[in-house]
Amino acid sequence: MNNNLFEYLLRLGDDSLIIGHRLSEWCGHGPILEEDIAMTNIALDFIGQATSILEYAAKVEDKGRDADALAFLRYEREYRNVLLVEQANEDFGVTMMRQFLFDAFRKPLYEALTKSTDAQLAAIAEKSLKETKYHLKHSSEWVIRLGDGTEESHKRAQYALDTLWRYTHELFFENEVDQALQAENIAPSLAPIRAEWEKTVNAVLEEATLTIPQNGWKQQGGRTGLHSENLGYILAELQYMQRAYPGNKW
Amino acid sequence: MSNANWPLWEVFIRSKQGLSHKHVGSLRAADAEMAVANARDVYTRRSEGISIWVVQSNDVFASDPNESQELYEPADSKIYRHPTFYEVPDGISHM
Repeated sequence: MNNNLFEYLLRLGDDSLIIGHRLSEWCGHGPILEEDIAMTNIALDFIGQATSILEYAAKVEDKGRDADALAFLRYEREYRNVLLVEQANEDFGVTMMRQFLFDAFRKPLYEALTKSTDAQLAAIAEKSLKETKYHLKHSSEWVIRLGDGTEESHKRAQYALDTLWRYTHELFFENEVDQALQAENIAPSLAPIRAEWEKTVNAVLEEATLTIPQNGWKQQGGRTGLHSENLGYILAELQYMQRAYPGNKW
Repeated sequence: MSNANWPLWEVFIRSKQGLSHKHVGSLRAADAEMAVANARDVYTRRSEGISIWVVQSNDVFASDPNESQELYEPADSKIYRHPTFYEVPDGISHM
C-alpha cells in the first residue's frame, strides 16, 4: 500500500467530512428558509466528496475497511482534518467566514488536483471542483454582505475573521507525505495554491470592508492528529450510532 | 433575525433549451444576486432548470381580478377564434 497516498486522502476526506458535518448542524436552524436549504445542500456536497475520497482511501489501504469504517470508527488522533473545519459554528457570521476561508483554499487545490497523475484522484477533483466553485461563490457573497452590511453584521464578521484567522496557516501544511507525492506529480505544491488563496481572500475581504488581523499567532495540529476539543464532540455525535450498534445499517 | 426588510422576488425557471421561462414560486432576498442564488438552491435542486430569472414582486403589474368579467368573459362566446372549423385531410397526422 502507498502510505503517503492513504495519508493524503485522509486529509482531503476528513476536511470534507468534518466541514460537511458542521454545516449539517445548521439543518433546521438557518437564518432564513432559503439559506437553510443552501447550507444543507452544501453539507451534502461535502459528505458526498468525503464518501468518494474515503472509499478510495480504503481501497488504497487495502485492509478490509470501507469508507464507513474510516468515517465512523477511527479515533480522534487518526483524523487528519485541519483545525479550521472543526471550529464551532457559533453564529452565521462565523460559519460563513470559516466556509469562505476553506472554500478559497479548496478551489485552487481541486483545480491543481485535476492534473494529478493519479487518475482516480483527478476524477474526484474534477467532479468536486464544480461544486466547490459554487460553494466559494456562495460563501464569498455572504462574507461581502455581512462585512459591508449593518454595523452589527460588520462587527460579527470582523469577530469571525479575528477568531478564525489563526487557523488558516495550517491549510498550507506540508511534510514528507506531500514531498513524496509531489515527486510523482500526484499532489500539487501548496505554494501557488496559497498565492491564489491570498488573492481571493484579500479581494473579498477588501470588498467586505474587513481587516485581516495583524496578530501573527498560528495554530496548527490537525494534520498530525492533534485536534482542538471540538473534534471530540463532533465524533461523539457522528460515531454514536456505529459505536452503540456495531455494524448497524439502515 | 428579521427578514422584514427583504423584498419578495418572483422566480422563473427555464427547464431546457427552447422552452420559455416558467413561474415556479417566490422567495425573499436582499438583492437580485442573492435572489438568483436562493432560487438556485430552492428551485433547481432536482435538475429542474438551466436558467433562472428573478423579478421583484413589486415590479409585477397585474390585471385586476374584479375586472375579469369584462376582460375575459367576452372571449368565451367567440368560438370562431379557435381553429376548429377546418377539415383535416386524410393522411395528415400529428394534428
